[in-house]
Amino acid sequence: MMNVKGLISAITVIAAAVVSLASCGGKTTQQGTVNMNGSTSMQKMVEAECEVFNETYPNITASGQFTGSGAGLEAVAAGSADVGNASRALKDEEKAKGLVENIIALDGIAVVTNKNVAVDNLTTEQLAAIYTGAVSDWGAYGGESGQVVVIGREAGSGTRDAFEEILDIADKGAYAQELDSTGAVLTTVASTPNAIGYVSLDALDDSVNAVKINGVEATADNIKSGAYSLQRPFVMATRGEISEQSDAVKTWFNFLNSPEGQEVIANVGLISVK
Amino acid sequence: MSVVFFVCGGGAIAAVLAITVYMIACGFPALTKIGVLDMLFGTVWAPTAAEPKFGILYIILTSIVGTMLAIVIGVPIAVLTAVFLSETAPKPMTRIVKPAVELLAGIPSVVYGLLGILIVKPVIYHIEAAIYAGDATHQMTGGANLISAVLVLAIMILPTVVNVSETSLRAVPQHLRNSSYALGATRVGTVFKVTLPAARSGIISAVVLGVGRAIGEAMAITMVAGNSVNLPLPFNSVRFLTTGIVSEMSYSSGLHREALFTIGLVLFAFIMVINIVLNTTLKKAGEE
Repeated sequence: MMNVKGLISAITVIAAAVVSLASCGGKTTQQGTVNMNGSTSMQKMVEAECEVFNETYPNITASGQFTGSGAGLEAVAAGSADVGNASRALKDEEKAKGLVENIIALDGIAVVTNKNVAVDNLTTEQLAAIYTGAVSDWGAYGGESGQVVVIGREAGSGTRDAFEEILDIADKGAYAQELDSTGAVLTTVASTPNAIGYVSLDALDDSVNAVKINGVEATADNIKSGAYSLQRPFVMATRGEISEQSDAVKTWFNFLNSPEGQEVIANVGLISVK
Repeated sequence: MSVVFFVCGGGAIAAVLAITVYMIACGFPALTKIGVLDMLFGTVWAPTAAEPKFGILYIILTSIVGTMLAIVIGVPIAVLTAVFLSETAPKPMTRIVKPAVELLAGIPSVVYGLLGILIVKPVIYHIEAAIYAGDATHQMTGGANLISAVLVLAIMILPTVVNVSETSLRAVPQHLRNSSYALGATRVGTVFKVTLPAARSGIISAVVLGVGRAIGEAMAITMVAGNSVNLPLPFNSVRFLTTGIVSEMSYSSGLHREALFTIGLVLFAFIMVINIVLNTTLKKAGEE
């Protein structure tokens, strides 16, 4: 009797051990690569995610090339990349090629002015007019008369890239000052009367006025709901649904949706879509 | 022991050679890809545009004009300060002014930049707002423009020029001054007609050092120049060769990055040319 009992318990223990080994083996022995290609604006986020991902899953190699949104989507459509990074929504003709839009995060930009500026609401058209130099006085928008000091970021900055892309004023920006960091933009706007600038949403603070765009305040909630217009999605497009992808790619998307992946998104100043 | 001396001297030469080779190797490819004329004489700098343009003419002009203006403002003040220190100052005053000037030399450039932001920029902004009030054709720079940068540069070159000039003035033999006085010349007449000409070569080398400091400065003027690529007019936001590299290096890639190295090469060539030209004229002036 004792022997039988001992045998049963031994078998149970061994079975449990085998099951748990198998399940955890399923995670660590998973192999493969995730090749990404696309937007330079997403470089910071993608590289940060890859770093954590490659540590967590040593047998899967996730890596990205940064050649631009359009080129990335073409690469996925042609099958030369697993994931196409695009810092914009997919166009209909791209969706027609079988690409699926997986929005990973949202990039929001806040427009800030010096505290002396009374204008607290601008339409996107008005904003574009200020940044192209067509309008140069706050009086035109109902503020106290005073010439606008137009402050922006340097060429190559992701924030500038996004700002000009959303307003459709790429390479038409007429800047009085091109500063090389978000902090410099904030302090300069705060210390220069009649100045206007833009920063990523997470950098916003009380030293400056945040301007409503088309009547909508710059908050994470308004960006998620889509009401705030100075935003763009960060898309990781796949050819067909995620469920049709290789195990490595599925693991990649599972990781992005996990708390670790979401933490990285928040750390690089983006807004989670979850 | 002489081996140690040799190795130390060789290290300096190796560094110069390495920098020269590296600058040419990194800066030249973009120059050939973009085209020498398009780059050096182009006026549009749009490195991230769909059709990128890499014209750095305005950037080069800004560096030349900015440095010249800083020298024009800074050198007379510095030389006269040196005259004051070596010729006319009472001993107790020398004891206060000299260490103050020497201290000025040790202040990091970022601190000059901060002072520029806190003092120069607001003052210039007031003047700019008064001059261009209601003028829609002028882009208001908020005080970040060529004048602010030149003022900061002029202050930054003071200690270098003062210290070297003063040393060379003190090296002028006392008997020259005494002869001048004996002929009935005034103190001021002696300074301008005897002492300064006698110290000429030292003062020229002080100016050379000042030019070198001004053209190579980046940190302080990044904070006050505005950094938009424009013609170097007084109230325009401008970009210098140095600030062009500093402000865009972090996120640049591909040809854009190579073009920044080319800007570095241009700056390097400038400094070389200035050094050679001034050194030869300096030698001539010294021999006369």
